Amino acid sequence: MMKKTIITVVGNDTVGIIAKVCTYLAENKVNILDISQTIVQGYFNMMMVADTSGSDKDTGTISKDLSVLGEEIGVIIRCQHEDIFNKMHRI
Amino acid sequence: MINIFEVNETNKMIEQENLDVRTITMGISLLDCIDSDLDAMNEKIYKKITTLAKDLVSTGDKIAMEYGIPIVNKRISVTPIALIGGSACRSIDDFVSIAKTLDRAAKTVGVNFLGGYSALVSKGMTPAEELLIQSIPQALACTERVCSSVNVGSTKTGIDMDAVKLMGEIVLETAKATKEQDSLGCAKLVVFCNAPDDNPFMAGAFHGVTEADCIINVGVSGPGVVKNALQKVKGRDFETLCEMIKRTAFKVTRVGQLVAQEASKRLGVPFGIVDLSLAPTPAIGDSVAEILEEIGLERVGAPGTTAALALLNDQVKKGGVMAATAVGGLSGAFIPVSEDQGMIDAVNVGALTIEKLEAMTCVCSVGLDMIAIPGDTKASTIAGIIADEAAIGMINQKTTAVRVIPVIGKGVGETVEFGGLLGYAPIMPVNRFSCEAFVERGGRIPAPIHSFKN
Repeated sequence: MMKKTIITVVGNDTVGIIAKVCTYLAENKVNILDISQTIVQGYFNMMMVADTSGSDKDTGTISKDLSVLGEEIGVIIRCQHEDIFNKMHRI
Repeated sequence: MINIFEVNETNKMIEQENLDVRTITMGISLLDCIDSDLDAMNEKIYKKITTLAKDLVSTGDKIAMEYGIPIVNKRISVTPIALIGGSACRSIDDFVSIAKTLDRAAKTVGVNFLGGYSALVSKGMTPAEELLIQSIPQALACTERVCSSVNVGSTKTGIDMDAVKLMGEIVLETAKATKEQDSLGCAKLVVFCNAPDDNPFMAGAFHGVTEADCIINVGVSGPGVVKNALQKVKGRDFETLCEMIKRTAFKVTRVGQLVAQEASKRLGVPFGIVDLSLAPTPAIGDSVAEILEEIGLERVGAPGTTAALALLNDQVKKGGVMAATAVGGLSGAFIPVSEDQGMIDAVNVGALTIEKLEAMTCVCSVGLDMIAIPGDTKASTIAGIIADEAAIGMINQKTTAVRVIPVIGKGVGETVEFGGLLGYAPIMPVNRFSCEAFVERGGRIPAPIHSFKN
């Protein structure tokens, strides 16, 4: 079953953020379904909808890995099940 | 499809406004552990708790990680121990042995509190219930994670004034028994009127006899989220204000409902209720007092405070009820003093008194909560405070409670530090006039009439 995960990246804009995140996702067989990006108050702000069901790693591990990767790049990367947003914003 | 702004809104609530799920509480019935042999019963209790709750903490942590929402506490509530220990316990020590078993079980499964060292005596006390109440000071002094509560009255039964008098003494004795830790034992002891069976919040949680064998109850929180939302409607009319509180409470509660359903599914335990409460913590911005100030009060305690709290409490329920499949517990705004920086500040500048807090308890959930009072306060005075709160609950058909801490060796003007979620508190003055003759009467206050409401 498709397991939709929302990945968000927030921080100072720099070269190669999307590339590094996408490389990690590709290496771990996470399929990207949608990407949107915006600059909010000078901050780089990206949201990806991804399907983690094909990955060998569970969401907890992916989430930890991405958070470490974020620290390396100097941005905050979060990885959350989409339901928390659906429940909060959709009746 | 969810958009980036909605995602950002949710994450802002979590990171900057302290949105969290305050507790997942597993309610466990111990009725099938009753045995006339004390050792056998303790063994059964330990086994049942450690079996049913063995995955509670890890499941909670996993849900928190997957959804990116902090789940602050994982806790357990059990059937009131006075009912369980009745046939095996002959002495205070016998009951205390159960408290130790509960403490051991709590440590084994890794929960930070376990509630239910309780007695329900709203109309009268059995010998076992009286014995349990007598054992509370010792039980709370020699355990770390056990919480105790006693229900001394209800709208249907009136108030058991014998129990009220006894609880005045027990609160003071508990304070003395834990005086080395600034009377911390009293922070784990609640005296109720109209106690709910399905409350997930400590220290007053117990698993009522009306409940199923094992259930999951969830308590949501988020005072900081409400406060920040209200900044957007500064100066607008009450309709706009109320609408904003409702919308925010809805969003916060949906998260609680999601976590409750997930926890219930993964643990294979039926979902009980979501408790719609605004539970503050000592963290800056996680304060109910600050919401009231955002509504338009210079300080909590100013005229208008009771009205502001009444509307806040009502709107939180209106917004939350639609977001949850079943609502229960205490559901409302908590107004503890030591756990809320805005309350502490209001006390320190002289804006907030115990008398005003008492008025506030008429319109919000629970009652006089985490209030430090001088250590030389008389037992009869504490009993009088309990009787006043119980009367408010009884007449208004609501839950009220008293959790006061007479800090042994300290007086007004001094501060007491409890640490962690329990926070710190300035010691508040108590009315010095006596109610001893009132408390000494003994007997019951009869149940009130339910007509001629004025």
